[in-house]
Amino acid sequence: MTISTARERARSARARSHPILTRTAHLLAVLILVTFAATALTELMPGSPGAAILGQGATSEQIAAFDREHGYDQPLFTRYLDWLGAALTGDLGTSIQSNQAVTEVLLQRLPVTLELTVLALLLSLLIAVPAAVYGASRADGWFDRTMSSAASVFLSIPVFVVGVVLVYVLAVATRWFPVAGWAPLTDGLAENMRYAFVPVLALALGEFPAFYRLLRGDVITTLDEDFVRTATVRGLPRWYILRRHVLRPSSFSLITVAAVTFGRLLAGSIVVESLFALPGLGSLALQSIPSKDIPMIQGIVVLVAVTYVLINAAVDIAYTFLDPRTRR
Amino acid sequence: MNTTPTPVAPTTSAVPAQRPTTRSIRSVDRRRPRRTGRRIAIVLSIAWIVALLLLAAAADLLPLPGIDEPVGAPSLPPFSGDGPLLGTDAIGRDVASRLIHGIRISLVVGVGATAIALILGVILGLIAASSRGPIPAVINVLTDTVLSFPPLLLLMALATVLTPGVPTLVLSLGFLFVPPFVRLTRSAAIGQLGRDYITAARTLGAGRARIVFRELLPNSIQPVISYAVVVIAIIIVIEGSLSFLGVGVPAPAPSWGSMIASGKDNLARAPYLIIAPSLMIFLSVLSFNTVGDHLRRRLTGKDDA
Repeated sequence: MTISTARERARSARARSHPILTRTAHLLAVLILVTFAATALTELMPGSPGAAILGQGATSEQIAAFDREHGYDQPLFTRYLDWLGAALTGDLGTSIQSNQAVTEVLLQRLPVTLELTVLALLLSLLIAVPAAVYGASRADGWFDRTMSSAASVFLSIPVFVVGVVLVYVLAVATRWFPVAGWAPLTDGLAENMRYAFVPVLALALGEFPAFYRLLRGDVITTLDEDFVRTATVRGLPRWYILRRHVLRPSSFSLITVAAVTFGRLLAGSIVVESLFALPGLGSLALQSIPSKDIPMIQGIVVLVAVTYVLINAAVDIAYTFLDPRTRR
Repeated sequence: MNTTPTPVAPTTSAVPAQRPTTRSIRSVDRRRPRRTGRRIAIVLSIAWIVALLLLAAAADLLPLPGIDEPVGAPSLPPFSGDGPLLGTDAIGRDVASRLIHGIRISLVVGVGATAIALILGVILGLIAASSRGPIPAVINVLTDTVLSFPPLLLLMALATVLTPGVPTLVLSLGFLFVPPFVRLTRSAAIGQLGRDYITAARTLGAGRARIVFRELLPNSIQPVISYAVVVIAIIIVIEGSLSFLGVGVPAPAPSWGSMIASGKDNLARAPYLIIAPSLMIFLSVLSFNTVGDHLRRRLTGKDDA
């Protein structure tokens, strides 16, 4: 649901004199601001971080010692430079809650979130792409109308409602799947899938409507092109035309949106991870809130936001290769 | 794969259809048969939103028990005959009362945050569209920065450093949704800049402020308005998600999200507890989405998303 697509951004970048230079400068500026904002988060706290984290029982000496130990007594700018220097060597600090290295914990949690994200993206595309191509080829037919209505409905059901309903239907009532929990891939694929299926389905049901609407619209536009008419007149079978002539030119914006969705899902799985008690990044963020584990939260925010920025940049660059029209 | 051929009305027009279409592939040319269904959906959506507004306004006047007082046995099913109409929640509070007071939270957060985002976003977008030099680039970098943070994660991070509550939610969500409005306004306004009426106004000696606010603003606001209605729906979902996670509106305030969260914990014994709050959030989000889509179609003439 982002407003400006990569295509538009590519188009606006084209207008400037040195597209690559400006784009790199822009990317660097955004990265610096994103990481700086994550560091500046503590400035919003009432009082010093030490006072907020240690709570009311702490003496002012304890608070001062805590602030000194974690560097919160330094000015913001110094703190940012220190953090940045360490982060560039892969050190994101130490968790206040568990005293573990933040990087280490993040790397432990990342695979679960990554698996959820990738599977959810694949499943939603698996639902949306065939349905959108077929639906568009008979636009406003019964199938298209059913799917469009389903898309509107699922677009309006928050993922936590879908998730709770799926838990009830697939786990509590029928006992087909476990209610919650996680089995890593090392426990075997079948076991892993048994735990992953319901959360992935919940995420995919939330994402397929956007894909369906987007691809359906683009396929309808492509079907109006002369080369499709030529192919039809040549007597090629309809499914062949749809697959070979229509799908590829219609999927540019879908690829862009799918890539951006990937970045968004990395953080969007928080709700699902919490609902199914999955040991991913989202539940880590949630667990870090009560203890005000600032370095951990900061690490997660930076990891997800920087990934998102880099994916967006990669899509912009990929676009100039895929679609020569944006290069001119 | 061929369906029965649709009966084609005899064309009375003298002009033949421009393209004899291959009907098997493109039945796009048929004029939307969905019109009536869509119209009914729009009327129902508006009716639902009006009902929400009335209930939210009258919540204190209605003969309802307080949101935090036990009125009967815990987890009474709805429409059971004894006990309150919609039953009680896991600790015996009246579900109907909590649902209706929950409307206030959803609407205040949804509409309040959208209003902040809309006003700031439109102003910044118009500035970005109408200025030269470094200002548009600075606005661009700032919007991209805010957009890089996933809303839910950033709000959770803010929940660690700020006191949770409705004002915090309204302000932080309002701030988070400024960038999409900036972009939308900017691209709509840039599309208008080259038009003749702008040149005409400039020739007549209108100053920049006058051009921006009297000419540019009214002509580029339409897509922004329809998008704002959809943003209300998005924000209602985000508020629900945060309260579901327990980091949104603090208890005992009756957010639909926290009602679903507590229903989730009693799913095996009392699955009906999640039905009412789920329906409220679904119907409200669907209504705002439907009205937003309708406005977009009406105001911008674009059919697809």
